[in-house]
Amino acid sequence: MSDYNFAYLDEQTKRMIRRAILKGVAVPGYQVPFASREMPMPYGWGTGGVQVTAACLTPEDRLKVIDQGADDTTNAVSIRKFFEKTAEVAVTERTGEATIIQTRHRIPEEALTEDQILVYQVPIPEPLRFLEPSEVETRKMHALEDYGLMHVKLYEDISRHGEIATAYAYPVKVEGRYVMDPSPIPKFDNPKLESAALQLFGAGREQRIYAVPPFTQVVSLDFDDHPFDPSKAPHPCALCGAEDSYLDEVITDDAGSRMFVCSDTDFCASRREAAA
Amino acid sequence: MYVAVKGGERAIDNAHAWLAEERRGDTDIAELSIAQIREQLALAVNRVMAEGSLYDPDLAALAIKQARGDLIEAVFLIRAYRTTLPRFGASHPVDTGAMDCDRRISATFKDLPGGQILGPTFDYTHRLLDFALAAEGLEVPEAPQGVPSDAPVPHVTDFLAREDLIQGEPDGLATPRDLTREPLDFPADRPLRLQALTRGDEGFVLSMAYSTQRGYGRNHPFVGELRIGTVPVEMDIPELGFSIELGEVVLTECETVNQFTGSKSEPPQFTRGYGLVFGQTERKAISMALVDRALRWEELGEDNVGAPAQDAEFVLYHSDNVQATGFLEHIKLPHYVDFQSELELIRRLRAEALAATRQEAAE
Repeated sequence: MSDYNFAYLDEQTKRMIRRAILKGVAVPGYQVPFASREMPMPYGWGTGGVQVTAACLTPEDRLKVIDQGADDTTNAVSIRKFFEKTAEVAVTERTGEATIIQTRHRIPEEALTEDQILVYQVPIPEPLRFLEPSEVETRKMHALEDYGLMHVKLYEDISRHGEIATAYAYPVKVEGRYVMDPSPIPKFDNPKLESAALQLFGAGREQRIYAVPPFTQVVSLDFDDHPFDPSKAPHPCALCGAEDSYLDEVITDDAGSRMFVCSDTDFCASRREAAA
Repeated sequence: MYVAVKGGERAIDNAHAWLAEERRGDTDIAELSIAQIREQLALAVNRVMAEGSLYDPDLAALAIKQARGDLIEAVFLIRAYRTTLPRFGASHPVDTGAMDCDRRISATFKDLPGGQILGPTFDYTHRLLDFALAAEGLEVPEAPQGVPSDAPVPHVTDFLAREDLIQGEPDGLATPRDLTREPLDFPADRPLRLQALTRGDEGFVLSMAYSTQRGYGRNHPFVGELRIGTVPVEMDIPELGFSIELGEVVLTECETVNQFTGSKSEPPQFTRGYGLVFGQTERKAISMALVDRALRWEELGEDNVGAPAQDAEFVLYHSDNVQATGFLEHIKLPHYVDFQSELELIRRLRAEALAATRQEAAE
């Protein structure tokens, strides 16, 4: 692929993205506007994450790409192939071996380290968007730290359903300042947002980048009498027996039979290898 | 027994191979050439150039061929290619007043300097399927030719401007922001809005314009002028120290004359809407002018009546079909994890609700 620059994007564009990333790291949880480029894959399919990954990649990196926790979901395969082709970087399915992990909808089960970067694909970066459609208004609300609307929404959930009825993309407050959308990860993953790794969030279509630097405080929004609960299916993994991992439900026949298996395929496979 | 879902890679390769076969179709039928698409599907080519923001008929034709005629997919191919091209400068503003017009009509004056030129238009054709076209190899009757006039074809709005009957447009001295190089930001000024509209989806811009005609932010437009033709594109070459002509582009320009404004201090004046689009794309250019005018409510001191076409955030964030298509179609991607978390939540909520009902019944 000599026709394109290393990792597809030209160096000017990468520099522009790196500046946005640095600003994001400096102001954790703040959404930094950036001049997102058209990528050779559709908006909504990870173009933000891909641009962030492209701006972070060096030839020495080892890349892992997951979607729904799995390395072999079609879009993860497609994005991994893209970087194998355009950056010729090494790739891996092992969480521990990767230096950069691009993810959609999950945080790996295995704790990440200071030497790793986790890049999230973000569809709608604005946690207040479904409460207030106007970008002008939501930016004002962030500037004024005016998050009353969000608390009212959570309160209404409790009064209607008895608990906060948000199961994924559960809003968090970063370092006591910005309310942030952690991307559509299940709320089970929210505690893992406090991590040793640098976490970068890229929203291509919405032209926003934000970041959670290592060891930053990330608090899931809740009330004293209704504390945050990172729930999961009350089963062990049917393949590796893990009790503490997030599970996919797989329907096995048309008579209601189902099994629960780890959504993090590398985590599950590693446990089975270790047991064998 | 559950077998882990593997083989995403092979599935993708196979799907792409099948797609390539389907794209070609029946091999007993002759393959389309790029030149055939460029010459015979020129309006599709124009739309792809306009919404792809790249003036290159051959590449647009290639994109249409590759996309199996899916024009939004073709626009996407052009955009993804365009974004990789280096920018080595900007042209001078094109002079549409000096356009070599194939078509030029005004709905506001019966006759005017430069005349009314219908040009190659579908207007006034009867929309009857021409079954003769189904037979191939028909001779195309030659269109009668006249002597082109050398007379200048001045803009209609210039006549109105001379009497101050239409609101003036001061020259913008500042270099406009570039929508493709900076994130969209609000409030969006008019150059930025026009950039978004000219590359916006034709169907979306058309519907927005139509909504203003039906009363959602009505602004009484007259087509002051619609012109289609070629203009030269010039650029300064720093090494040479003077500008040279790079080539010509076909453009469609529409200027509308809209309802007047006025106040105690300002006597009434007509207002303007503006559309400029690559290629012969007059439906889009007229639509663009109407939506441009609707979006100007604030600078012209009008009321915001809450019409969608007056809401710059609504129009600009939703006009791009490459963005819209991508996000719409991404819901085809797996969402097992999110769905699973919702499943668990709803099971829990239902269990609690049913338990409460049973409790009540028992009491």
